[in-house]
Amino acid sequence: MSEEIINKIPCRKMFTDTLVELAKQDKDIVAVTTDARGSVTLDSFAKELPAQFVELGIAEQNAVGVAAGLVSAGKKAFVCGPACFYVARSLEQVKVDVAYSANPVKILGVSGGVSYGALGFSHHSLHDIAVLRTFPGMHIVLPCDIYQTKKLVEELIDYPYPVYIRVGRNAVPNVYENENPEFKIGKANLLLDGNDLTIIGTGEMVYHCLQAGKKLHELGIKARVIDMHTLKPFDKEIVEKAAKETGKIITVEEHSIYGGLGGAVAEIVSQSYPVPMRILGIPDENSVLGTPLQIFNHYGIDSEGILATAISFYNS
Amino acid sequence: MSKANQSKIKELQLQAEKIRKRVVEIVYSSKSGHIGGSLSSIEIETALYFYVMNFDPKNPKMPERDRFILSKGHSVETLYAVLAMSGFIDDELLNTYGHFNSMLAGHPTKKIAGVELNSGALGHGLSVGVGMSIAAKMDQKPFHTYVLMGDGEQGEGSIYEAAMSASHYKLDNLVAIIDRNRLQISGNTEEVMSLEPMRERWEAFGWEVFDIEGNNMESIVSAFDSLDYGNARPKLFIAHTTKGNGISYMEEKAKWHHGVLNEEQFNLAISEINDRINSLTEEIK
Repeated sequence: MSEEIINKIPCRKMFTDTLVELAKQDKDIVAVTTDARGSVTLDSFAKELPAQFVELGIAEQNAVGVAAGLVSAGKKAFVCGPACFYVARSLEQVKVDVAYSANPVKILGVSGGVSYGALGFSHHSLHDIAVLRTFPGMHIVLPCDIYQTKKLVEELIDYPYPVYIRVGRNAVPNVYENENPEFKIGKANLLLDGNDLTIIGTGEMVYHCLQAGKKLHELGIKARVIDMHTLKPFDKEIVEKAAKETGKIITVEEHSIYGGLGGAVAEIVSQSYPVPMRILGIPDENSVLGTPLQIFNHYGIDSEGILATAISFYNS
Repeated sequence: MSKANQSKIKELQLQAEKIRKRVVEIVYSSKSGHIGGSLSSIEIETALYFYVMNFDPKNPKMPERDRFILSKGHSVETLYAVLAMSGFIDDELLNTYGHFNSMLAGHPTKKIAGVELNSGALGHGLSVGVGMSIAAKMDQKPFHTYVLMGDGEQGEGSIYEAAMSASHYKLDNLVAIIDRNRLQISGNTEEVMSLEPMRERWEAFGWEVFDIEGNNMESIVSAFDSLDYGNARPKLFIAHTTKGNGISYMEEKAKWHHGVLNEEQFNLAISEINDRINSLTEEIK
């Protein structure tokens, strides 16, 4: 199964295009970056709104601290750069200046997961969900397509909490069919209903989960598919309901199999309604190199791999 | 000679001694505290809160307020005493310091009115101060931001990222202060990791640098009076101070970076401070 990429716009570009349009109407919206305006696609923001643009050079720690100061003084700061650096180099600033100090900075981590597939593990971010989940007050969202990304940006502008947003590098196929899908931070979306088993995905994996889910329905296995775009605050209710009604859960994430979406779901079901699970993601190793799709395929987290796991899990 | 007259200087000195007494009381009763660096920074914070800064304790979030960030968050006892004496918090609250579930953590938190940043991890305050100063420039607001750092803290690399950006953005509304007491927890700063030539390093980053006597109220006040907030340069005070300042047996002793007083030490400290309070009170009359 190959991806059907209808649009050529990556989520990062939809994010910044939306941001620049909103920032034209709201002078308090500020973009902060670290020599990453190209990779984030902030060029037009920098050109059109130079007074609302803060370039800090290659200095992620300073960027996150500066953003905390901007927010503390009334600005709506979006720090934008590669996910791999913001959730590692500047992690203490995220912990102390943003989360602990309750400064509602928005951190856009672009080219997350294995987006920089061939560049190697230094550029992968497969730990971000696990780490940030443990910071009280930190919210985490991984949108799955451009329409959802647009809705997310609109909600983020006046969202009163710190949020980490992870998007990938490349254009991805649409999950939602219309430009105005239902979206609310913290409320997962049911994409496909069924009672045989549940597949929960986040970010770019949602498309693959949905493809696998549709195929399962064709094969007579009524899979439920959930888009868990928000990792924190976590939609506990939809998970408990899925456990009770379908009895089996598969989670799929472009993240370490430790501590991410799978961990979050397991924490809930193991304590309220234990059901068998399969946690699909990147195993505890430095990921193989390749394009994201090659890597997804290698680890069985593309639609084919998910389908195969689902069939054997259903029959087990 | 500073614009502040001699009687103002005496008043500030008296205020500093009252704060010093409260700091010693807090540390003694809680049996916990980073007292050495709290004592060295008392005159600086006293000058900021009782002479330099614009704020309203009844409206602590007033948008035009000047901002103070205690980047060396471990010197929190002085900040708490200053906030109590400035009217931000009730003096009674200080007695809970170090107790189970007290509002007053061992490093500043924004739960306390007047605190601008949860600090404690070193090397963070200057970046946040840079952000506040950029916001002030963007909105053409007249407030100033003051960031107090430790000298041992200067080992943190993030400070130099912030220093670069402050001069790049010409943040003349930002004043950083280094409490240069020359001692950190393991000993002399120059033996642990040499920080000199401090002045030249900061000048090379584009900052306007002032060496001041950081426990001398007249030196502090005249340095603040001399600042040009319109010259496109961020400012740094290297405040040469004495760790443990004002308590004879603590002065210049690294072991008092963090220390708990016994009864005899407590009584001696209070008696030294009371003597100064009495003589300053007499002089002001």
